[in-house]
Amino acid sequence: MELLCPAGNLPALKTAIDNGADAVYIGLKDDTNARHFAGLNFNDGKLAKAADYVHQRGKKLHVAINTFAHASGEERWKKAVDNAVEIGTDALIIADLGVLDYAANKYPDVERHVSVQASTTNLEAIKFFKNNFDVDRVVLPRVLSVQQVRQLAKTSPVPLEVFAFGSLCIMAEGRCYLSSYMTGESPNTVGACSPAKYVRWEETEQGLESRLNNVLIDRYQEDENAGYPTLCKGRFDVDGDVYHALEEPTSLNTLELIPELMAMGIVSVKIEGRQRSPAYVEQVAKTWRMALDRYKQSPENFSVEGAWMQTLANLSEGSQTTLGAYHRKWQ
Amino acid sequence: MKFSIGPSLFFWPKADVEAFYQQAKQSSADIIYLGETVCSKRRELKAKDWLGLGRELAQDTDKQIVISTMTLLESPAEIVTLKKLCDNGELLVEANDLSAVQIMHDLKIPFVAGPAINCYNLSTLKVLIKQGMMRWLMPVELSGDWLKTILQQAEAENIRDQFECEVFAWGYLPLAYSARCFTARSEDRPKDDCKYCCINYPQGRKMNSREGEQVFVLNGIQTMSAYQYNLINEVNQLKDIGVDIARISSDSEQAFEQLDKFRNQLVEPKVYPLDGEQECNGFWHKIAGMSVA
Repeated sequence: MELLCPAGNLPALKTAIDNGADAVYIGLKDDTNARHFAGLNFNDGKLAKAADYVHQRGKKLHVAINTFAHASGEERWKKAVDNAVEIGTDALIIADLGVLDYAANKYPDVERHVSVQASTTNLEAIKFFKNNFDVDRVVLPRVLSVQQVRQLAKTSPVPLEVFAFGSLCIMAEGRCYLSSYMTGESPNTVGACSPAKYVRWEETEQGLESRLNNVLIDRYQEDENAGYPTLCKGRFDVDGDVYHALEEPTSLNTLELIPELMAMGIVSVKIEGRQRSPAYVEQVAKTWRMALDRYKQSPENFSVEGAWMQTLANLSEGSQTTLGAYHRKWQ
Repeated sequence: MKFSIGPSLFFWPKADVEAFYQQAKQSSADIIYLGETVCSKRRELKAKDWLGLGRELAQDTDKQIVISTMTLLESPAEIVTLKKLCDNGELLVEANDLSAVQIMHDLKIPFVAGPAINCYNLSTLKVLIKQGMMRWLMPVELSGDWLKTILQQAEAENIRDQFECEVFAWGYLPLAYSARCFTARSEDRPKDDCKYCCINYPQGRKMNSREGEQVFVLNGIQTMSAYQYNLINEVNQLKDIGVDIARISSDSEQAFEQLDKFRNQLVEPKVYPLDGEQECNGFWHKIAGMSVA
């Protein structure tokens, strides 16, 4: 099972590889990827350097081109595919059917992975991608329970990758317009959720307030930790009850599922966080590498160490982690 | 331009659903969509009941009846039901997931691509046409300009006559789908013990900010806009850019009144000021969806 780590820049990429990643995924410096943030991602020169660093160490590079191509800018997405192939990417991660079609026809020999943003949650949908674009891998959205993943893994004609750790999207990825409803910009169209330019912090008499495009997302008392106002993780009022109506600030952590994921034949575990620092990448890659190696050495004696959990919790939103949808009770 | 009644996105008692569609049959709608698109646990009407109701509606009418299907399908049992709906032998089907596209393609039957299919550009449209798509409803977050561009490109490539174009024009917008049931969560229940509580909220549950601003509607595993999308002032613009069908969502019986109002815009256009605390049209105008242009 491959450990696939995120990198938003060259230092993070090197850190990931040096700390045990089998593969790294990155995005280009434009709106063709779902982490289109200022100061992040790879221009052409950096892209080539990234490929060299990874390949010289016998590891793999995946390039995410996983937003949906704009009606009047399809060429940009095709160009992104061309660039990634040119520097020798090992895999293209794509969500858009038109872009997949382009990649499959023009570069049939370059691996194509169905991005999580394509929201592929069942066997017939997987068949659709297999039949039409002969894809090599499908990344599953974070909406399936462990039982559902297991069932799918048994029957899928395509190898499966799952999310293992990081910020938790609670909606089926690629099928969430909450951000564009509030700000006009969404992961699908601009590659960002709850974009930073719409965030405002304000100290008020009632507490510290976070707003997204002027909508109050949360209000914190002095003893509370304030988190980034991702719109699905604020406190809202439903008929007089104020609570985290959609989700609390928390991150996904599936260390304890390693034995099950291995048994199912999942080919890759993905770490979220291309927007995070090299320090984050280092800690997560190191911890996951240790856990995966420990399992391989002695599957029957595998247990999750408290120190691993603590390290990962410290890197998590709200310093807490969850099994998310993998665990039915969360649902 | 034609007008359709979209599938009801809420969970209503069987008798209410039947009464609603009897009214729909008497209404001025050209096309009626029906079926469960949100949650497979909603079984006031089972697949065979939806098909039965659809067939009944299709008798003695020139309205087109379309069976809408689920958006987020996670279990093999849900796929079995989906196949039953797709292979109904008679009624047109709206696919809301690529699984349904795959099944319809295998069956070699033309289908409608609903709003939850991510079709953002001409290349994707062509992929779907090749699969058998005969009608396309664009993702609700896209603007009028975006749509116009694609329709012009389709025209330039001589494929505009291969599909009809429908636009979600009125009602609470379906915005997101999750594994989690937010209505059950609002009652402090896990999804596996939801007690089908959505039935107690025929218009979902409003989720407001802590200063009383309406933000979203919780509708089971679906999150919707708290404001009703309203393109009443854009009806003639829709027609001019080549939209074939405007969809009025089945929020409540209010839909029928809206249907007549929308249709009348083609005859006697009027400007209706929108109430910014109840309505929105931002998506169409390329600004925040919840705003009014």
